[in-house]
Amino acid sequence: MRRTAITGIGVVAPGGTGSKEFWHLLTDGRTATRRLSFFDPSQFRSQVAAECDFDPAAAGLTPQEIARNDRFIQFALVAATEAVTDSGLELGGDADPADPDQPLVAVSMGSAVGATTRLEDEYVIASNSGRDWLVDPSYASSFLYHALVPSCLATEVAYRFAAHGPAHVVSTGCTSGIDAVGYGHQLIVDGEADIVIAGASDAPLSPISIACFDAIRATSARNDDPEHASRPFDATRDGFVMGEGSAVLVLEELAHARARGAHVYCEVTGYAARSNAFHMTGLKADGLDMAVAISDALRQGHTDPARIDYVNAHGSGTKQNDRHETAAFKKALGQHAYTVPVSSIKSMVGHSLGAIGAIEVAACALAIENRVVPPTANWARPDPECDLDYVPNIARDHDVTVALSVGSGFGGFQSAIVLDRGSDAR
Amino acid sequence: MIAARPALRPVVTGVGVIAPSGIGTEEHWRSTLRGELRVKPITSFDASRYTTTLAGQIDGFDPAGRLGGRLVLQTDRWTWLGMAATELALSDASYDPAAHDPYATSVVFAAGSGGNDFGQREIQRLWSLGRQAVSVYQSIAWFYAATTGQTSIRHGLKGPSAVVVTDAAGGLDSLAQARRTIRRGTPAVLAGAAEAGLTPYALTCQITGGRLSTSSEPKAGYKPFDRSAGGHVPAEGGVTLVVEDPASAAARGAPKIYAEIAGYAATHDAAHHRDPSPDPRWYAEAMRRALVDADLSPADVDVIFADGAGSRDLDDLEARAIHLAFGAHAEHVPVTAPQGLIGRMCAGGSALAAANALLSIRDGVIPAVGNLDDPLPQYRLDLVREPRETPVRVAMVNARGYGGFNSSLILRAVETPARGDS
Repeated sequence: MRRTAITGIGVVAPGGTGSKEFWHLLTDGRTATRRLSFFDPSQFRSQVAAECDFDPAAAGLTPQEIARNDRFIQFALVAATEAVTDSGLELGGDADPADPDQPLVAVSMGSAVGATTRLEDEYVIASNSGRDWLVDPSYASSFLYHALVPSCLATEVAYRFAAHGPAHVVSTGCTSGIDAVGYGHQLIVDGEADIVIAGASDAPLSPISIACFDAIRATSARNDDPEHASRPFDATRDGFVMGEGSAVLVLEELAHARARGAHVYCEVTGYAARSNAFHMTGLKADGLDMAVAISDALRQGHTDPARIDYVNAHGSGTKQNDRHETAAFKKALGQHAYTVPVSSIKSMVGHSLGAIGAIEVAACALAIENRVVPPTANWARPDPECDLDYVPNIARDHDVTVALSVGSGFGGFQSAIVLDRGSDAR
Repeated sequence: MIAARPALRPVVTGVGVIAPSGIGTEEHWRSTLRGELRVKPITSFDASRYTTTLAGQIDGFDPAGRLGGRLVLQTDRWTWLGMAATELALSDASYDPAAHDPYATSVVFAAGSGGNDFGQREIQRLWSLGRQAVSVYQSIAWFYAATTGQTSIRHGLKGPSAVVVTDAAGGLDSLAQARRTIRRGTPAVLAGAAEAGLTPYALTCQITGGRLSTSSEPKAGYKPFDRSAGGHVPAEGGVTLVVEDPASAAARGAPKIYAEIAGYAATHDAAHHRDPSPDPRWYAEAMRRALVDADLSPADVDVIFADGAGSRDLDDLEARAIHLAFGAHAEHVPVTAPQGLIGRMCAGGSALAAANALLSIRDGVIPAVGNLDDPLPQYRLDLVREPRETPVRVAMVNARGYGGFNSSLILRAVETPARGDS
């Protein structure tokens, strides 16, 4: 039986670049949400966001990498480099397909909206601020195809690390990140890869993204108090706060990791997804399909629900999500749902659409590593329909052996992944 | 751990095609075998100011008649094409999702460039009219998961669904993810891909990729393996395949089994951000590993459905990859690429190639390379020039995606329908 270890972590998130900065933000309970600064947000209903203070050149990208890639790929290259360095693997260089001893390196990266920001920026120029439907091709930049199809994310990561195994982008909306890690796990279990560079990235903070979530009133309009706008599970929550960022993990076949003496953060022991087949944006209050996904992910690793020490919630801070999810935890975990710590880091780093699922898996791995559970910031008023232990505002020392992370997205996607510190005895 | 069943070979039980070659699988197949060139000047907008003016378009497609007006309002053309193809595939397979447990069916589509027409229109409205003018459906129409999510909802499919993006290789990779899903216990998966990129902005973006034909003469537009190959023309379309666990297909009495998914492998060149490696060994390696996965040797392959990029350098790389993977057999395996007749549908194109392979197996006929007049002899391949009637038991389907994706899929005829595989 092939098992999946996490041996490297890299993060670019609001509040800081690098997994250490990220972990400090979470465990301090600080929030990185603020008034949108990338453009004048005053026409929009929601004017708050979780922005990354990201300097691609300072983060090590070349001028050409910066020129040809949308911000979402830039994030991913920086996060992937941190993860691979952290793993101690030496990737890159010439590889010979005929060498049987060479590990198969795959790439599984998620993104919900790809290069939306660059596509919009360039469209504004080529259409002269939306005046001309027949855009002027002489104003098109050289790298628009690189923005049109988001598979370029996987290509750029594969190219940087000479990863010649299967490579793909997963784009299941807001579960893209958790699914990309989940598919990477499947590739290892099935023997399709020995190492997978897996994660996700999104940089959606552009006018069209803000406008389209404005139109359905899914985002928070707490514009007078941006630092406290993301309020998962709080009775006064009024929508999610859009964010951006990336996390990349090195997944490695456990025996391969052990043979080279790698540090193993934890194992991935289960991953499952279901769809609610109900509504593109709506959720039924019963949480049924997310509960089914959770139960399946637990069953794969023979994990009794009572062994879960930490639940990283989707916790987007919309009215319906937090209710739906609370119901799902009760259905899947029974009485244990009332005692296990549940928190949403979106309270601090916002909701970076497809990226957040991978960022949350990274947070779970760091919770296991550091034996600390990150809090749900901005939690002040209990909601009778959300009556679990959401770890309000202050991180908690807690020995986490098993962590569950879940995601829920437009299109009805519900995903769950289980991480386990693991032991040879098991 | 619920072990995946690595020996399980899913079968394809339904095919739905909407392409420039025809609305409906049989219309597409007849037109393909007749070699009808469907590349034409773009009619959906005035393309005269763009360097590419030709495309493979679908005429006479009535989305509201097929899907209902309400859904059409909320979705983009690529979703219409994918969902209309799905209706055809379900009907072809006689598969009624409502007759099964909702968790027994999944949707695993590949995506390409997403909802272009919808997206361009709403950005236009935002920038010219302001945020109040943006449609409430923009958030669910433009993103790459729209077609998968809408299909899941329309048919009540709650199994594990997926969206993979690997540019033009995506159709094959959706079948690979469908296989992984079935091996983990979901009995049936809708796989395939759709693409609709014939809008002014999406065309502009595609032109910057550097591989589009600049010819205004349809006959010169897209000529895979031809001496005068000069790029490709974009095309729109949708292809859905119904893929099933062979035991469940047998248990429900599936009326036909086109073939089984016998092998698959994917590699990445990882050589450049845009171009494939000048050394095709990783492309060849995908083919070689797919054969190993299928437990077959080059001599077993009856036909190769090639990527057929239609540029001299890329066609040359593909020919060399086939020689690397097939050795002495390379000159004897029939190679075809009928897509020269219609253009390239991004991820939908490789799904269509898989559909063509299934129809070849069914009918014992290999369609000719599309729009080929003067094959380059230096390729040393048996390029199919006229429809060739011959038993086809094993078909290899290959596809490459912008940036270096290589995928290879092997489809094999099934002797006794719905052979059980415990």
